[in-house]
Order: sequence, then C-alpha cells, then structure tokens
Amino acid sequence: MSQTTIGSAVARVDGFDKLTGRARYAADFHPEGMAHAYGVYSTISRGRIVSIDTSIADGMPGVIEIFHHDNFPTLHRSPASFPEENMVDELRTPFEDDVVHYAGQFVALVVADTFEHARDAAYRVKASYDADSAAANLAQGLEGGVTEANRTERGDADSAFDSAEVKVDATYTTPVETHNPMEMHATTARWANGKLIVHESTQGVIFARNTLAKNFDLDPSQIEVHADYIGSGFGGKLWLWPHSLATCAVARELGRPVQFMLPRQNMFTTSGHRPETSQHIQLGAKTDGTLTSIIHDSINSTSSINTFVEACGGSTSSLYASDALRVSHATAQVARGTPTPMRAPGAGVGLFALESAMDELAIALDMDPLELRRQNFTATDPSDGKPWSSNHMLECYDRAAERFGWADRNPQVGSMRDGDWLIGQGVAACNWDAMRNPCDARVTLRPDGSATVHCATQDIGTGTYTIIAQTAADTLGIDIGRIHVAIGDSTFPHGQISGGSWATASILPAIVGACKAAADKLVEYAANDGAPMAGADTDDLLFEAGVVKNGRGDQATPADILEPQKLAHAIGDFHSDGSPEDGYAYGSFGVNFVEIGWNPNTAQLKVRRVVSSIDAGAIMNDATARSQVEGAIVMGLGAAMFEATEYDERTGRPVNNNYAEYLVPVNADMPELDVILLNHPDYHLNELGARGIGEIGLTGVQAAVANAVYHATGKRIRDLPITLDKIMDETA
Amino acid sequence: MRQFDYKRATDTDGAIQAHAGQAAAYLAGGTTLIDLVKLDVMQPERMVDVNRLALSNIEDADDGRLRIGATVRNTALAYDDRVKRDYTVLSEALLQGASRQLRNRATTAGNVMQRVRCSYFRDGISPCNKREPGTGCSAIEGVNREVFAVLGTSEHCIAVHPSDMCVAMAAIGATVEVQGPNGTREIAFGDFHKMPGNTPHIEHELAEDELITHVTLDAPIEDAGSTYVKLRDRSSYQFALASCAAIVALDGDVIREVRLALGGVGTKPWRCSQAEEQLVGAAANEENFAQAARLAMQDATPYKHNAYKIPLARKAITQALKDATARAGNGGSI
Ligand SMILES: Cc1cc2nc3c(=O)[nH]c(=O)nc-3n(C[C@H](O)[C@H](O)[C@H](O)COP(=O)(O)OP(=O)(O)OC[C@H]3O[C@@H](n4cnc5c(N)ncnc54)[C@H](O)[C@@H]3O)c2cc1C
Ligand code: SF4
Repeated sequence: MSQTTIGSAVARVDGFDKLTGRARYAADFHPEGMAHAYGVYSTISRGRIVSIDTSIADGMPGVIEIFHHDNFPTLHRSPASFPEENMVDELRTPFEDDVVHYAGQFVALVVADTFEHARDAAYRVKASYDADSAAANLAQGLEGGVTEANRTERGDADSAFDSAEVKVDATYTTPVETHNPMEMHATTARWANGKLIVHESTQGVIFARNTLAKNFDLDPSQIEVHADYIGSGFGGKLWLWPHSLATCAVARELGRPVQFMLPRQNMFTTSGHRPETSQHIQLGAKTDGTLTSIIHDSINSTSSINTFVEACGGSTSSLYASDALRVSHATAQVARGTPTPMRAPGAGVGLFALESAMDELAIALDMDPLELRRQNFTATDPSDGKPWSSNHMLECYDRAAERFGWADRNPQVGSMRDGDWLIGQGVAACNWDAMRNPCDARVTLRPDGSATVHCATQDIGTGTYTIIAQTAADTLGIDIGRIHVAIGDSTFPHGQISGGSWATASILPAIVGACKAAADKLVEYAANDGAPMAGADTDDLLFEAGVVKNGRGDQATPADILEPQKLAHAIGDFHSDGSPEDGYAYGSFGVNFVEIGWNPNTAQLKVRRVVSSIDAGAIMNDATARSQVEGAIVMGLGAAMFEATEYDERTGRPVNNNYAEYLVPVNADMPELDVILLNHPDYHLNELGARGIGEIGLTGVQAAVANAVYHATGKRIRDLPITLDKIMDETA
Repeated sequence: MRQFDYKRATDTDGAIQAHAGQAAAYLAGGTTLIDLVKLDVMQPERMVDVNRLALSNIEDADDGRLRIGATVRNTALAYDDRVKRDYTVLSEALLQGASRQLRNRATTAGNVMQRVRCSYFRDGISPCNKREPGTGCSAIEGVNREVFAVLGTSEHCIAVHPSDMCVAMAAIGATVEVQGPNGTREIAFGDFHKMPGNTPHIEHELAEDELITHVTLDAPIEDAGSTYVKLRDRSSYQFALASCAAIVALDGDVIREVRLALGGVGTKPWRCSQAEEQLVGAAANEENFAQAARLAMQDATPYKHNAYKIPLARKAITQALKDATARAGNGGSI
C-alpha cells in the first residue's frame, strides 16, 4: 500500500457532483415522452370504496388516464422474504380491491402530461366510501386484542422481580415517528423491449429489483433498478411501497415512461413509520446495584395489512448481566399503514425505556447512574453466553464521563443552575448490532492505471461512495482519484442494502477481495507470452502501488502488460460471506451524556451539550463516521423533544403532515456535540475491523435527555416527546 | 392546483382593476398564497402580482410615525435602522418568525393577510367553517395543541392568527392604509383583524378588491423599552405556542406607559388593554407583572390539548414585561 487513506477524513468523492447539482436523483430523470402520476388518497381509515367518480377529472387538461381498483392491472404480491431479498412491509399491492385499511391509502392514480395537471385532476376525483370504525391509536388498538410475537426468557424473571430488594416498575410510551428524509420517495419507470428500467429512491437496488420481479412475474434479469444518489431514507426506503409498483404498472399499461413523486403529506401515510410503542419495564436489583431481574414487555402498533414487530427489547437481553430476564414483543392493530424500520428500529425506542428505568433504579438505590451501569457490565453476551468479539463499553464510559465532567455533577435534583436556567445532566448507554451479510464486488484495472469498482449497493448519503474508493485505493496502492466507484445499479454484482448498519462491514471485504483478485489477474497477464515478465513464476511477482514488480527491481504498469496483448482490462471478482459463526457475539457499544437547561420562568427546555463515546470497530473515514454519529444524535434529540406524528382520533388522519408542523430539530436547537470514536478494530468480524456506525448514535439519546430533565426538574417523563408543557411549572 | 391566469400590475390602480370582477388574489411573496393554492384550499382564478408596485419603501411620516409599504419584505423591515432603534419589538418579532428564506420573500401586507395554520383548514377535506361556512369546526374536538387559541375563540372556530409581526404592530399601534375601486381609506390596526364569532370565513375589514398599500406605525413612545418573547417547542421555525410583545416606559420605578399584545393564543393579534390599564401607574415589579399576566388570561377558554397555553402565556407576559422594563430609559432599576 502506497498510502493509507482508511480512517482519515477523506472528503466525499461525490461531494462535487452534489454541490454542483450534477448528482441526479430518481426524479431528475425525464425519459422521452414521460407522463406524471399523482395519487388520490383515502380520507377514511377503514371500510370500502363504494364508487370513484372521475367524470370531472377525466375531462381536465392533460389527463391521460385515471386508474383505480376497477381498472388497475393485476399485480402479484411479493413473498416479502428477507432471505430472498424481496422484503416489503405493505404486503398488499395497490388497488388490489375496494378495501380501505388506513387513511391515506391509494384509491386512485391520475396520469397526466404534467405534474400540475395530474395534481389538479387528482383533486377532482371524488371517492365515496362505506366507512367502518377502526382503532385510531395504540390505546384503542389494545381493546381489539394483543398478539404476542415472541419472547425470550432466562430463569424465572417474575419471581426474581417479586423477591428483589429494590425495584422499578414503569411503563414508557413512544409515539409514531415518520421518516422525513429531504428527498421524498420518487419513481421514474419505463419499459423497453420487455425490460423494466426504474430510477428509484431506494436503500436497496437488489431488494427493489427482486420485489418488482415478483410483482410483475419477470426474471430479475429483465429489470434494472438505478439509484445513483439518494437523499436519504432512514429505513423508509429499504423496501418498496405501493407507489413504486403502481408507477411501473401504469408505465407498462400506457406504453410510456411515468414518474411519480410522493408528496410530503403522503410520506406520512403510505411509506411506513416507526410505530407507537408501550413498554412495561420491571427491574429488580440487590441493594449493591446488581441486577437480579430484567423484564421488558413491549407492544407496538401494526396495521391490518401486515404484522410489523418493533424489537424494543432487542438490546435488553444482551446489554446487562442478569440471571433472570424476560423480553417479549407483541402487537395490536391500528388503522394506519404498516410500520417499517426507522433508523435504529427496536433499540431506538427500546433503550428509551430501559435506560430511563436504569436511571430510576439508580435513584431508588441512591447510586450514581453511571456506576450502576458499570456494575452490571457483562463481558459475555448473556443471551447466548458467547464472549464479545470486541466490547469496549467500559472505556466508552470512562472517556465520555471524563470529557463531560460527570464527576462534578451534583446528584441532587434541581441543584445545578446557570442564571435563570436549572441544569440537568443525564447518561444513557447506546447499543446496536454488528453483523455482515454476503456481498459480491468486481474490480476492473485498465491500462490508464485506473480502477473501477462495481457493486450493487448504494450510497444514501452516508459516505459509501467515499469509503469504497478509499478501500480500493489502499488495497491497490493507487491514488483515490484513479478509482471510479460504480454503485446504485441492480445489474452490478450482488450488493447489500444500506440498512441495519451492516453495509460497511459487508461491502468492504468484498471490495478488498475483488481488488486482490484483479491484481492477481494482472500479475497472471504479466507473465503471459509477449508480456513484460513473460515466463516468470507468478509467485515471484507482486502487484504493488499500481504496478507489477518482480524480485529484480523491474516493474510493469497495467499499460505495459495489457496493451501489447491487446487486452482491455484485468478483472477480479469476489464474494464475501455473512457474519462468521466463530463462537463470538458481535455488537457495538457506547454512551451518551446529555446536559439540558430548563428555565422555569419561560418553560423553555434546551439541550446544552452532548458528549458521546462510541465503540463501533475501526473507523473507515473519520469525517463521514462522525457525521453519522452526530446526525444520529440530532435525530435522537428530535425523538426526545419534538417528533410525533399526531393523528385525529375520529378520522385516523395525520394532522401535522408537513415540515412546518412535524417538528425535527433545527440548527438553533443544536447543542455542542462532542463525539469520541474509540476506533478499536474488530478483526473477528472482518479483515478491516469495521463494524457499522449509522444507527448506534441514536440509541439511548432520548433516555439521556429524560434523565437529564429529571435531574433538573424532578419530573420523570415516560411519554415521548418531552415537550415544554409536560414539565411546565404551572404556578407561574 | 387549478389553472389560474396571471397579471403583473405596475401601479395600484392597475392592480385594483385587474382584481375587480374576478375570483382574484393579490400575489405578494406567495409564501401563504402559493402554498394554499397547491393544496387546493385557495382557488383564485386570477393572480394579480403586486411585487412591481412602488410600495417597497419605508418612509418617515408626519407626527414621528413610520410608513411601511405593502411589499416591504419582512427581512428588510426587521433590519431597517429606524425599526431596530424605535420599534425593537417589531424587529424581534419579525426575526423570530418563519425562516430566513421565508422572511426574504414575505411582505408586510402578505404577513398581515396570512391565513391560519389549522390542519383541518389546510387539508381541504375536513369540515371547516372558515373554508366552507356552515360545515362545522373539526378542531374543537380534534388535535388542537399548537396553532389553536384560548382567547377570542367561538364555537365556530378556534384557529390562532399565526403572525408574529402583527402582534408587535398591535402593541405599537398602527393604521392600515388601503385603496379600492372607490379610493383610499384607513383602518385602525386593532380593528383590521376580526374574531371568528359565527362568521369565521370573514377574517378582516378589507372589502372586495381592496389593496393594502401601507401600514403606518404610531410614533414610538419616548424612552420606552420593548421586546418580543416567543415560546415554542423548538428554538426556531415554529409558530408561537404563546408570545408576548411588550413596550414599557417608566417614570422612576413606576410604569408611565405600557403596551401588551399576545400571539399564539388569540384568534387575532391580541391586545391586552385591561392589563395595560392596571399596570399604568403601578410599580414595575414582578408581582405586578404576574398580576397583569393573570388578568390578561383570566377569560381564556382552554380546549382539549391547549390548556397549557394559559400558564405559558402568563410566563411570556411576565418575562416580556421584565425584559422590556430592563431596557426602558428614565427609570430606576428592577
Ligand atoms: C413554513 C412556514 C412557516 C411560517 N412561520 C411563521 C412564523 O413563525 N411567524 C409568522 O409570523 N409567520 C410565519 N409564516 C407565515 C409567513 O409570515 C407568511 O406566509 C408571509 O408573511 C405572507 O406574506 P407573503 O408576502 O408571502 O404573502 P402572499 O402569500 O403573497 O399573500 C398572502 C395573502 O395576502 C394577500 N395579499 C398580499 N398582498 C396584499 C396586499 N397588498 N393587499 C391585500 N392583500 C394582499 C394575498 O392575496 C393572500 O391572500 C410561515 C409560513 C410558512 C410557509
Ligand atoms: S379552527 Fe377554524 S380553521 Fe380550524 S377547522 Fe375550525 S373553523 Fe376551520
């Protein structure tokens, strides 16, 4: 390796294209003759469509065709299998029948010559319904019955809890959150010679291709899914939603390309959300703080279309030592679309409950909350007894505590002050899975000394382009400017989804392998007859810094080798496997310390500081990794204080479905963020020592805020978000 | 979005003519209008663009007043030296409204005329007396935590008038100058916006085809201190949950003159005359501020999710009075 770029803050290789507008997103493609589709959405939350009156809309300017359940082509459902990589959360295909499962479900699709014409006509389509009553929220859903999805047990958690010396027993609730990436969902579809070519804003070109193959009964090779650039997805773009299928279907029906963009307000209904949860936590401990029982029973809202389980207790069975434990998950149906993973699904809301309860336990024990966590640290994964491949949680605690100044905290509630502001300090652990999945890649070396990497993965804005380029540059020993990264195309070698924080750990080993295979191929060519090192034993040749060398000081460039033989390139392919079955447990760990200020005179709540320490394996790029953690903390702060999709109980319709009223943090809310990346490689997981870093930063943030709020105000808020009215001192 | 035709006016007479006899709307910054047209909630058949009218100046008027042209952008108004110096409360209110991009577009008249943020009004389908008179009010029994009022509501409508700028103007005192087919007239700012009563679709005093040409601020109160306190969930880019514009002038430790207006809690920019009366001649201290705050909110009606606004508004009032007093000249210290 001539130089090492891995780990350093290499600037994004796609930054220039994004900054100059050259980067093209799904809706930036306008194939010749393209028409525009716009949806008509159900205004009731449960029932049947009685009629759809298109008489006015049909005659409006530019209208090409209006589709609904009576005239929509029949599509096939996807088996929705994760292993087969055709997962979907909304099992039903659009316009399948006249049944309405949720408000905001598609009831018609207008296709017109322009976006404005399509929208104008869509407003004039009149649907009438036969409405049924339906559960509008989790509380109402519970009345309709609860279905247990799974449970994990160690020992007898109930009796251990009953006989515990110190106990916490509390229920925590979290609202629906809606994915609000900047780029809304979009599909541009065209059919050519029996092939379907789709530009889709997706976190998984392979999953999208496989799903469409099932929907349209095609061979996957007949479909191309492109996602050159994605304006993020936060999980909402992992699987396809009805609009994508519908757009492809009407493009085929009409024999012309069609584009669909999901309006922001419909991002709140038809493309998934983080479900509402109610989590009952019971912790039992000895007076010295040793946990003796952990019980985490959670229920989340799901739809009548599919059962989505939010794995709230996913981290709970592994984070702390306790002989007795029960983690269970259950669901109840609510008349909303199907939930889907949202950044840090499960632990994202689960650790709000567990880590709030740990704080309550520390108070009950009169113990420092950080000390309580240290005391219950476990060096093996208690869920299966395996040792952790690499777990530096205790170092995270130490380093972040020191940076934050935790030792100076006065544990007395309401004792810390800055002028009119009461100060609160809270801590909560973070945790996320570490895993890898199978991945293929191809590297092509060319006579001009450049290399192209092909892989059917995509960059949702996290920095995948950049770390692939870094990995290839380091492995081949050539300048990063000579690496072309070709991703976001389902026709490339099988790649991974951008989700679950496993993209990095899965993709990079395949890139390394493919680089080495391409180098081996060039070495082999170098020893061919008529080549610069003809007759050499390939074992004596070495590819280094972009050239092939022998032991005698001779070297040959790719041009020297390929051109005389009239060869275009040297190609290397590689397949890397999923997580090793080597007796280790894998995970990433960390901690968030949060300082808040609360002004009792004005009821204002502000986060002042966050110090976060994260153990997520080797850091591939200090800048992009740091952005991931900082961005995740921002989202965590949003979940803690602002984010909640509010539904009208009578209609089931979301009411704050826009950027003005669905609150996410703005710059003015941002505290100082101080992120410590431990950067300890996990070589059991892969040769780069890389895990993933996209989600862990979000976990536990809400609890750290809630714990800090308690420290300042004495109010324990167990229902997110923590808005100013919940902690307001009303006597003023 | 329906088809509409578009006329760009170059003088006020032309604008009024182009507006007359049509289901027309004046188009200023478009930040309210275009949004609601896209949502199909406002359905003008013609838009009369007023951006080229010669109404973009801020001029000194007689009696020490300040005359603001209808198309002066919110940003320009907020950073005008005279406004910053003599009407701090207005500058602060403007700068806490919306976002910088919106303020760069939004105009003075457009801000006065902005529509409610009620989601049932904006969704185009829920029963809403403002959008479709007689259909009922979905908000009273609906989700009403944020942009819904506790003052000036009726059983027909509870939507807040969302402007921050107007709250400061209500406190300062102003005159709205309008021009219509029959000439010009003036409307006192306090009379301009209407409470919903049983006609929530009638929001203001402007007659058909009338154009706002200027808003003229009353002369500043000598030696007064002023401020705008806006309370909300996030620190920027959110409408007020409760806000207060306060102007205080002192005579020693005693309040000589005071103006108080509230945002986020009223169906119109809400002037608190009774509380003002009680404060004049009283000592400028926290006890009296709190007393005034209680008085200002004593007739408030809470709805399902917005009862917290009553104590929150009291906090805004007390804090604003404190801060304005601290800025007032000629006084003792508090
Ligand atoms: C996301 C978002 C957040 C916002 N947040 C805030 C906030 O926090 N605080 C706040 O105060 N405001 C806020 N606003 C509202 C914003 O201030 C108004 O949209 C803006 O002031 C309207 O001015 P405009 O020039 O764009 O008006 P336009 O949209 O052009 O017009 C608005 C209305 O006024 C009429 N009109 C315009 N000019 C005249 C005239 N000369 N005579 C008669 N009628 C006229 C139009 O016909 C239309 O009915 C927000 C808006 C948005 C979209
Ligand atoms: S509060 Fe007013 S605007 Fe909102 S639904 Fe009721 S009548 Fe309509």
